[in-house]
Amino acid sequence: MADQLVFNGDQAIAYSWKQINPDVVASYPITPQTIIVENFSEFVANGEVDTEYVCAESEHSAMSLCIGASAAGARVATATASAGLAFMWEVLWIASAMRLPIVMSVANRALSGPINIHCDHSDAMGARDTGWVQMFGENVQEAYDDSLMSFRIAEDMKVRLPVMNCIDGFITTHALEKFIPMETADVKKYIGEYKPVRPLLDLIHPTTYGPFTMNDYYFEHKYQIHEAMQAALPVVRSTLNDFGQRTGRHYDVAEGYRTEDADYVIMAMGSTAGTLRYVVDQLRAEGHKVGSVKLRLFRPFPYEDVAKLLQGKKGVAVMDRAISMGSTGPMFPEVRSALYDAKDRPKLVNYVYGLGGRDVRTDELVGVFKQLMDGSAKTMNFMGVRV
Amino acid sequence: MTTLKEMSKKEEKFTEGHRLCAGCAEPIVARQILLATDNPIIVSNATGCFEVSTTIYPFTSWNVPWIHSAFENASPTIAGVESAYIALKKKGKVKEDIRFISFGGDGATYDIGFQSLSGAIERGHRFMYVCLNNEAYMNTGIQRSGATGRGAQTTTCPAGTCIPGKKEFPKDLTRIIIAHDLPYAAQASPHNWKDMVEKAKKGIDANGPSFLNVIAPCPRGWRYDPALTVEMSRLAVETCVWPLYEYENGKYHLTGESKRIAEGGKEKRPIQDWLKAQGRFSHLMKPQWASVVEEIQANVNKKWDELIKLSQI
Repeated sequence: MADQLVFNGDQAIAYSWKQINPDVVASYPITPQTIIVENFSEFVANGEVDTEYVCAESEHSAMSLCIGASAAGARVATATASAGLAFMWEVLWIASAMRLPIVMSVANRALSGPINIHCDHSDAMGARDTGWVQMFGENVQEAYDDSLMSFRIAEDMKVRLPVMNCIDGFITTHALEKFIPMETADVKKYIGEYKPVRPLLDLIHPTTYGPFTMNDYYFEHKYQIHEAMQAALPVVRSTLNDFGQRTGRHYDVAEGYRTEDADYVIMAMGSTAGTLRYVVDQLRAEGHKVGSVKLRLFRPFPYEDVAKLLQGKKGVAVMDRAISMGSTGPMFPEVRSALYDAKDRPKLVNYVYGLGGRDVRTDELVGVFKQLMDGSAKTMNFMGVRV
Repeated sequence: MTTLKEMSKKEEKFTEGHRLCAGCAEPIVARQILLATDNPIIVSNATGCFEVSTTIYPFTSWNVPWIHSAFENASPTIAGVESAYIALKKKGKVKEDIRFISFGGDGATYDIGFQSLSGAIERGHRFMYVCLNNEAYMNTGIQRSGATGRGAQTTTCPAGTCIPGKKEFPKDLTRIIIAHDLPYAAQASPHNWKDMVEKAKKGIDANGPSFLNVIAPCPRGWRYDPALTVEMSRLAVETCVWPLYEYENGKYHLTGESKRIAEGGKEKRPIQDWLKAQGRFSHLMKPQWASVVEEIQANVNKKWDELIKLSQI
């Protein structure tokens, strides 16, 4: 096992790319992702990787370059955030429709307007229907681990879909933490040689990528992407299990913390999950039967796993770091849907919180538990906003 | 130089079965350009007539690797393919000496894909971008673009009682591209196949990005008899609406009929010949719009004089 390093989340992701040495990286700098491409530029400049590295003139072009490179037969990585992901939105669909295993790190950041550079999940939520597998990491270790696993998941022949690994902007991208990397030789063994499928560079078998399909075939193509996404769920699960055996770091698509005997549970994605465990310990010490759930995989959504963790509880609060204006947070309806067929449905409420990097304080999360326990929580609530 | 006879014996890279309109210039241009090289090629295509009509699933007219992603990104898409090629060639996984070509219409090139084309040229990707310029968004039913000529009527700049078609002159994209100081750029026309194929060969073999802007008459959008497509492209050159020239190693050269006109060996035809030949300009023949005709002629003269100066004739 390699020595511990002290990196921020962006550096850890760049480090994973250095170990993987992708054939092509095409990107555009955007806060709070920029450190990833800056670090990687240094690896390129110092000959530490032999990646063909392209600084595109926009995120739309960066993803278009990734699509061309991946279709040509290269292993491809990129990174973006916020407006950059929104600008890519059109071509995200094309990457998944061509079944290209592109891996993209997303430093979650709020969308304009007003312009804001801090964390929330609006960017990734805007891309939830684009046919990309979406994982959310909690800390620097998970940023690194998810980045490695993303390549395995994307390139699995049962999946062959692009994968987005998300970390919280500034909170995880810029905070220094200790983490344990894999040895580079082990990474190379773990990721393996890239095997392209029907690459454009195969001149013997010329392939037409991105043809025009009408109402006679389009639906089937979309259905196949959905099928692949469904197939991705067991692949993600087995990838996490395998990774646990290799590294001793055991992950799941949805992870419960002290949930077994809990009556009240708060569920969240990303860095908030760590804060939640602290709050759970605090309240447990006071004798409250509380627990928390961290959702790692948002697409495909692990409905059964979520239902198993939450059914039978008295109350569950779903924390959404994004909002669908005029509706609720985007995770809430998913969890509600997961629990609809459950035998023993908990009272389920939604909290929208932390938009634009608004601090997530432990006393506020204690407050959410208290509202959940005393029944004062409404169906939809806001944590930390002045109203 | 390859002769037509030799070209006709080469294996077609772009084949039959496409559904482009009768009289469309695009397949004429594309076939000849693709036959200009013996190197293997990979093609990217912007959304538009040419893409839609040549790859209606489950059929394809392409005998070479081909990719279409979206409307505005044919350049970065082929740049990605080229980047993968460089990476994999370095690793010994690709052996062949491959060339890369992008096709886009004028909407994809002058307008929506302009930024991404400029970026790809600035970064020096080795590919040839071919603009199939039919001077409007023909695929969506004839809407104005930055390439549409002054006075032309389209569905978004109709000839009304107050406004006679497009109010603006077209963007001089070729010279904007030349401002990138790229190795090779040219304007061509399908009526002069030899000139066009020679330029394509130079562009394909250029050691960096190259740009070929080809006038591609559209009988539907321009309103003329589909049998006259090649004639129409000749008229564009003979009226100096579409001068044939190239930019090579930092120098401008007029070519073909344009060179002969500049040297006094051929007559420059009046703009009326161009306007009268096409239904899209028919409203300009009314006396009330005579000044517009004069403006168009004046602009053609101005651009032509500039080009002569640049070409040092």
